[in-house]
Amino acid sequence: MDLAELLKSLSEASGVSGYETMPADLIAERWLPMADEVRKDALGNVIAFKKGKGHGKLLLAAHIDEIGLMVKKIDDNGFIRFATVGGFDFRTLVAQEVTVHGREKLRGVIGAKPPHLQSPSEQKKAYEKDEFYIDVGLKKEKVEELVRVGDIITINREVQKLSGNRYAGKSFDDRACVVMLTACLERLTEVHHNLDVYLVATVQEEVGTRGAAVSAYSVNPDLAIAVDVCHGEFPGVRADRGFGLGKGPVISMGPDTHPKILEKLKEVADEAKIPYQLEASTSARGTDAWSIQIARNGVACALVSLPLRYMHTSVETLDLADIKEGGRLLAEFALKADREFVEGLPCF
Amino acid sequence: MKELLKKLTQACGPSGSEQCIREIIKSELPNYETRTDALGNLIVEKKGPKSKIMFSAHMDEIGIIVTHIDKEGFLRFDFIGGVNPFYLPGERVQFQNGTLGVIGVEKLDKIADLQKSNLYIDIGVESKEEAMKLVKIGDTACFTSPFIDLGNRLVSKAMDNRVACALLIKLMQELPETDNHIVAVFTVQEEVGLRGAKTAAYGIDPDYGLAIDVTATGDTPKAMTMDVSLGKGAAIKVKDNSLLAHPYVKDKLVELAEANNIPYQMEVLEFGGTDAGAIHLNREGVPSGVISVPTRYVHSRSEMVDVRDLDAALALAKAFAKADLK
Amino acid sequence: MFLKELSEARGVSSREHEVRDLIREYITPHVDEVFNDSLGNLYGVKGKDKPGPKVMLAAHMDEVGLMITTIEKNGLLRFQPVGGIDPRVLVSKPVYIGKDKVVGVIGAKAIHLQRPEERTQVLGFDDLYIDIGAVDDDSAKKLVKPGDVATFATSFGEMGDLVVGKAFDDRAGCTALVELTKLEFNCPVYFVFTVQEEVGLRGAGPAAYRVGPDVCLVLEGTTASDVAGTDEEGYSTTVGAGPAVSVMDRSVIAHPKVVGRLFRLAEEHGVPIQNKRTITGGTDAGAISLSREGVPTAPIAVPCRYIHSPVTVMSKSDLEHMIKLVELFVHDIADKGVDFE
Repeated sequence: MDLAELLKSLSEASGVSGYETMPADLIAERWLPMADEVRKDALGNVIAFKKGKGHGKLLLAAHIDEIGLMVKKIDDNGFIRFATVGGFDFRTLVAQEVTVHGREKLRGVIGAKPPHLQSPSEQKKAYEKDEFYIDVGLKKEKVEELVRVGDIITINREVQKLSGNRYAGKSFDDRACVVMLTACLERLTEVHHNLDVYLVATVQEEVGTRGAAVSAYSVNPDLAIAVDVCHGEFPGVRADRGFGLGKGPVISMGPDTHPKILEKLKEVADEAKIPYQLEASTSARGTDAWSIQIARNGVACALVSLPLRYMHTSVETLDLADIKEGGRLLAEFALKADREFVEGLPCF
Repeated sequence: MKELLKKLTQACGPSGSEQCIREIIKSELPNYETRTDALGNLIVEKKGPKSKIMFSAHMDEIGIIVTHIDKEGFLRFDFIGGVNPFYLPGERVQFQNGTLGVIGVEKLDKIADLQKSNLYIDIGVESKEEAMKLVKIGDTACFTSPFIDLGNRLVSKAMDNRVACALLIKLMQELPETDNHIVAVFTVQEEVGLRGAKTAAYGIDPDYGLAIDVTATGDTPKAMTMDVSLGKGAAIKVKDNSLLAHPYVKDKLVELAEANNIPYQMEVLEFGGTDAGAIHLNREGVPSGVISVPTRYVHSRSEMVDVRDLDAALALAKAFAKADLK
Repeated sequence: MFLKELSEARGVSSREHEVRDLIREYITPHVDEVFNDSLGNLYGVKGKDKPGPKVMLAAHMDEVGLMITTIEKNGLLRFQPVGGIDPRVLVSKPVYIGKDKVVGVIGAKAIHLQRPEERTQVLGFDDLYIDIGAVDDDSAKKLVKPGDVATFATSFGEMGDLVVGKAFDDRAGCTALVELTKLEFNCPVYFVFTVQEEVGLRGAGPAAYRVGPDVCLVLEGTTASDVAGTDEEGYSTTVGAGPAVSVMDRSVIAHPKVVGRLFRLAEEHGVPIQNKRTITGGTDAGAISLSREGVPTAPIAVPCRYIHSPVTVMSKSDLEHMIKLVELFVHDIADKGVDFE
């Protein structure tokens, strides 16, 4: 499978939290030929089932939503004021091109008071949210005809191929990990794996890991691995908080990681010569693992991460090799973890 | 409606102590069998073969809880729910047993220093012993404020969310003919974290969730940027901090409002939450939305609503109750 | 009682095995069934098929601690807190790290080397290191690796009725629960020792979902600030004045009828009891009360001074009175049932 092509298609699809239909349908279509069953639940989570030898139920989750903007008011001059969906660094919004998803798609730009008109002290400060507006170049009456309060706005960005294996784009958080799940699924079609695998492209992670909570309830797995992005190394970021690009997926160690799953992941990675990095993390708050671990009777969980630079901007940068190796790691786990392992999870 | 609203808003029901409100609601719905669950949610049901819709309106209001009684009989307290300390000096409170008190403030150098620890309640006694005959540590109280009728505009404490209790009572009293299974839940403990709605939704396991609650407005002098105004109709929520309204439910509400000429406005709230936030995450997920009543000065003693918005919200709730849902 | 053993056992959130193994050993002779789930919650079941309401009693096994995140070239260890720790309590304390109990100390720049303005500043987690005596990173890595956790190295001690130790939050509750397994009740009782309370009440919700109780008490160690410098209205609880019952905290509004019964029983049987007066903090009661269709729940706690620090102080008689009161409560539930509407 051409992972770069899938990454580009998913990244460029618009799917702000709560409105994930476009990337969700896209991934459902890609998963369908490889899975035994693909369904969508009430909140829009895409759940694919890949039957194994029945040694236990494994849930793999990566979220399909992205952060975005929402129309909150159209002002008297036809400028659009917006709210945010998910966490933004407002400094990254300056002079971005956007699409307003109204009755028709409108091209817009994010404007703010230009520096020429600001006092020297104003120029030193970052713009705040309510200083921004979106200009779609139309008169108020026309804007009101086409746009309604509550309509979604996305940042426009095509995927940029950098040198080597590196790519930059928007919403790699966390669609790059949906690609990783897909790489895993493809590998699973070639082997007889022990675990029954449920792959879930979850919705509404960016607003509080909401899709993961309900999908974990419905799948009711024995064990789960949430797959999300972590910070890539970068000048000024401490070594325990930024991870190397191209050095393999990152396995978390912390309260949200079951020690036996951690050991098994390391074991299968070593056996299959998959490079990996380790992160000591005191909380998985803000990833799907946070919700999944406490679903129903509790789920033995792990968190596997993909190093990503410039998270929550439109130029998130990654190394494709990490996606491939991550996919291999997940598949190896589903292949090798067996009934004895699953039944032993309460004993630690 | 005004009379019912007056009765409901003037009753005292801070989170965790909603019994008075529950009794009023029961008395307004004599034709229904009602039940109360372990947390105190009041559940009223009209069975039907089609979609099971959980309507929810929270009974509780913000208030205070007594944490200490000193030698002179002054009470120290903490907040229940989102109370703004700057509204409090000079405010009056009422306990469950009817005891009244006023809120005083220690001497401060400047008002910006005001914190809840600077405030106390004076119940007009002279000693701890006297005070303890009226109030115990852990007792809760609500703020008091008379109901005033300004014509279209009505003002009281606890419009948040007795206005929705009144609407849900009316909905059940005047329930239109429908095959849908309607479950009206008057929930507890919304102001402290959407708690009652969570357990109620688990028990009911609905197909759809619809909360009725108040929302803020952007129509007052130098207000925040928000496109909701008093008197412009029921607000259909798109988002708040607890919920992204399910597009199907949200669009259905818009469609019903337009088909029935019900005035409505779209609501994007950049903070806060409602019961729908808990309901939509129940079990395997429940498509949920919110009908909001535009309200000025939320969480003050003078919350203001517009009767025309109430009419619109009721009409929209009725239309949703009998809607043919997929 | 096993307070000393349980206090000295190490069990940072998600690494509760040492505590769990001890408790399993203590309760096995007294209960019908013992098992744990895949999060690590430990369950002791007694009288499963008896008639009457199903009672759940819960205490959390985990304690706050430190996690090693990276090892510096010079062999010093960087760390982050697991659970809520005030970094001001850390300076110049010994700790035990990892399963081999490696000894380390938390050092800071000597006061002689500090500029006057530095001396008044709080040392945060990014300013502190653990020194295990390693000369460089290679020798440190032989003893400790990132992901290992550290606990305070405090020995248990007695000071009359008061005792000092670490992690009374919530080994006090665990000790009480262990004692209670020795008693006989006429209703089904689930003794649940939960995990990961300190990192967000994580274990208790799934445990309550599994048990599905009719009523629950959460046994805790809670804040007492009956000390110099605190105005009486800020005391929260008073050490030696009996177990403290919370009417409300940030996680739960305790069920008024459960609270009412506890106070009534205390009065009838002459057991001291107090209100926890402040409403800060949260307990497993928050997660348990919202499980499934809702569970009438209340927290009851032994007051502890200097909570979440290496030296917690509490009263043995408060602990004994808590055990007595919980015993009375369960008997009362078995006799009179639940009536929580």
